[in-house]
Amino acid sequence: MPSRSVRRDLERYAGLFARRTKVMRSSAMRDIMSLVEREEVISLAGGLPDTSTFPPASYAAVMQRVAAESCARALQYAPTEGSVAVRRCVVEVMAAEGMEIDRDDVLITTGGQQVIDLVCKTLVDPGDVVIAEGPTYPGAVPTFGAYEAEVMQVGMDADGMRIDELERVLSRLDAQGRRPKFVYTVPTFQNPAGVTMSPDRRRALVRIARERELLILEDNPYGLLRYEGEPQPPLYALDVDSQFVMYLGTFSKILSPGVRLGWTAAPRPVLEKLNIGKQAADLCSSSMSQHFVAAYFEGGRWQEYVRSLSEIYRRRRDVMLDALAEHFPREAEWTYPQGGLFVWATLPDYIDTTDLLARALRENVAFVPGRAAYLDGRGGSSLRLNFSGVGEDDIREGVRRIGKVIREQVALYGTLTGAGESPAGPKPAAASRATEPVPREADPQLAKVLDLRRRAR
Amino acid sequence: MSRVAVLKGGRSLERQVSLRSGARVQDALERLGHEAVGVDVGHDLVDRMREARPDAAFVALHGRDGEDGTVQELLEVLAIPYTGSGISACIRCWDKVLAKHEMRAAGIATPDFYAFGETAFKELGAAAVLPAIEERLRFPIVVKPSAQGSALGISFAQTAGDVATALVAAFSYDTKVLLERHVSGRDLAVSLVEDASGPRLLPIVEARPREPATHPPEVGTVPGGPAAQPPERGAVPGGPAAQPPGRGAKPPYSFEARYEIGATEFECPARLPEDVTARVQALAVEVWHLFGCAGFARVDLMLEQETQEPFVLEVNPIPGFTETSLLPQAAEADGLSFDQLIEAILARATG
Repeated sequence: MPSRSVRRDLERYAGLFARRTKVMRSSAMRDIMSLVEREEVISLAGGLPDTSTFPPASYAAVMQRVAAESCARALQYAPTEGSVAVRRCVVEVMAAEGMEIDRDDVLITTGGQQVIDLVCKTLVDPGDVVIAEGPTYPGAVPTFGAYEAEVMQVGMDADGMRIDELERVLSRLDAQGRRPKFVYTVPTFQNPAGVTMSPDRRRALVRIARERELLILEDNPYGLLRYEGEPQPPLYALDVDSQFVMYLGTFSKILSPGVRLGWTAAPRPVLEKLNIGKQAADLCSSSMSQHFVAAYFEGGRWQEYVRSLSEIYRRRRDVMLDALAEHFPREAEWTYPQGGLFVWATLPDYIDTTDLLARALRENVAFVPGRAAYLDGRGGSSLRLNFSGVGEDDIREGVRRIGKVIREQVALYGTLTGAGESPAGPKPAAASRATEPVPREADPQLAKVLDLRRRAR
Repeated sequence: MSRVAVLKGGRSLERQVSLRSGARVQDALERLGHEAVGVDVGHDLVDRMREARPDAAFVALHGRDGEDGTVQELLEVLAIPYTGSGISACIRCWDKVLAKHEMRAAGIATPDFYAFGETAFKELGAAAVLPAIEERLRFPIVVKPSAQGSALGISFAQTAGDVATALVAAFSYDTKVLLERHVSGRDLAVSLVEDASGPRLLPIVEARPREPATHPPEVGTVPGGPAAQPPERGAVPGGPAAQPPGRGAKPPYSFEARYEIGATEFECPARLPEDVTARVQALAVEVWHLFGCAGFARVDLMLEQETQEPFVLEVNPIPGFTETSLLPQAAEADGLSFDQLIEAILARATG
């Protein structure tokens, strides 16, 4: 059989690819990240919940029940909007976070990720503006890219998205006669920054949406994983007649990402379009998963499980914060999350965290380079650390190894520029922060961590 | 028909590239009627090779362990014939510093350079000589890890401030780095495939990235860093680089430009005057013999705009076999299909 012509194939495929694939690029970072999967690597890169905490006996019992009571239905298609039973579970979860919702306002999706995709599919034409936080959820970046959205990233501080900056961006757009299609935010325990939007800013954001008639996509996967402090009202609850907030929820972090079930609650006209979009995408989400979730919720112990998860993650967070204080050099800064799964750290701007990851992998440890959370190349000196996916010993050891390679680079830079080597050792503020009673006040220092310095050029 | 173990993957930063190369090689071997056993190289490599007892190993690994002589050493011990260059050639090509010294000693043109290990800066105060180096090489200066493929860790430093940041980046990939004079010109690759009569030259490929890297500069001026005052005296032979490629930027033919279908335009054979083609090819053959390459190799060069002089950047003992890789394209332009290329390479190993 004759071998195909490589050159011709190249041209042929390149000619067939849609324009939007130009932003779906290979990247060194993505290739390097593939090494993270290696067994010997301590990965603080994932966003994984620890599914080993789910008792196998419960899993077996739930599956047994599904098999005994609804085998045929579990093997069948489900309605696009999701089964009544699983939407009832959603009503329960949202109620636990202070939201009242009719199950008819819910669309079950294949993970929360599908909500982002469907919202873009429904609202975004090429070149349309989407506003997001900077840094934003790295998993949303390729989705925005695939729909050719022009993403404007609004900076954050310890109180979440900066509303003053948002207003400036909106005014600037106004002046150009443009309107963003929606504002994407993870207001609670943000991924990747770990910060939570203050109540005032939440109200301000919803007020702006109402005044300007903008849509907000509120992504709330971690709201129930709070380790300290008072719960904040979801934006969805503040939007009194449910006109401007599209809500994204998921079972991934409170039960299992393996069930691949999320949901959205949105204004009816939008919800109808999302439903049609979902039909085109996958007809319906897995019936088996929906039966699994519904049967599990009928057991009535889901909140207990979330509490046990929160307890485990709270300890892991504390271990990570202690390890950061012990092992990161004084030049590093990081956020203090009251819940969720992530800490965001920022290093001196002469350290590029994509390069640093290559170095860290030689020490068998991994993190997410900050650039993954931006669409404009910023974030080069930041990194995201996850504390939910691995045990306490691995967190300690992983942070120690990352700290070691950062110190190496800080020292090297010092000798290169004659800036002098910084004494190794934690900055006092961080050390005390980790040992003192948990602070409940927002740390003004955090503004610096998040508000990434642009390099002078 | 032979039983061939295709070694791929591994733990180098070019793992994904290698998996793509390996998959294509495996397909070709199967089409050729061989029994291809894919082996993702890891802790169990020796066991798997002993178990598979292949007639030969096709080494489709890139980067550390695969291209640096390590796997070749193991295969020698296991007495399994393997494709491509032997241990010594791999070691000397993979280490760019070593390779450049050998080329310089042999009178082969390679861009001027200075190389240091980490200890030079940490313990011997090498930072103090950076200004002298900057004066000799002039900006922009290419800063790269000694041992790393696919353009990872390479920066073009525009100022003294960039150099420090670029060095920190390069040291992320290796314990030895080099600072190299930037040659402004055309990016050329000469592939060679060995047959019974010696290395056969394939047509020269020119790579022209379609768009400037969309990435923001990787390395910027650091506030408070040494003042950026490149010395202005004494023209370097060939004159200063015509158009700097952007402030402390990634090289134009970056990792992304290499592996993204459509991101780079390849011209094969490159449109060059006959005498230039002849010189470039002669240089490549000289390099092949200098390092004692075997089976196949790819020599990367820059053809300097100003002088029309070719400079050898590096030799790749195991260039890629991906859809966008240069060696398969060159072979094809010479009438050698991918399958024929793979068969020829295998034949040298088993023959």
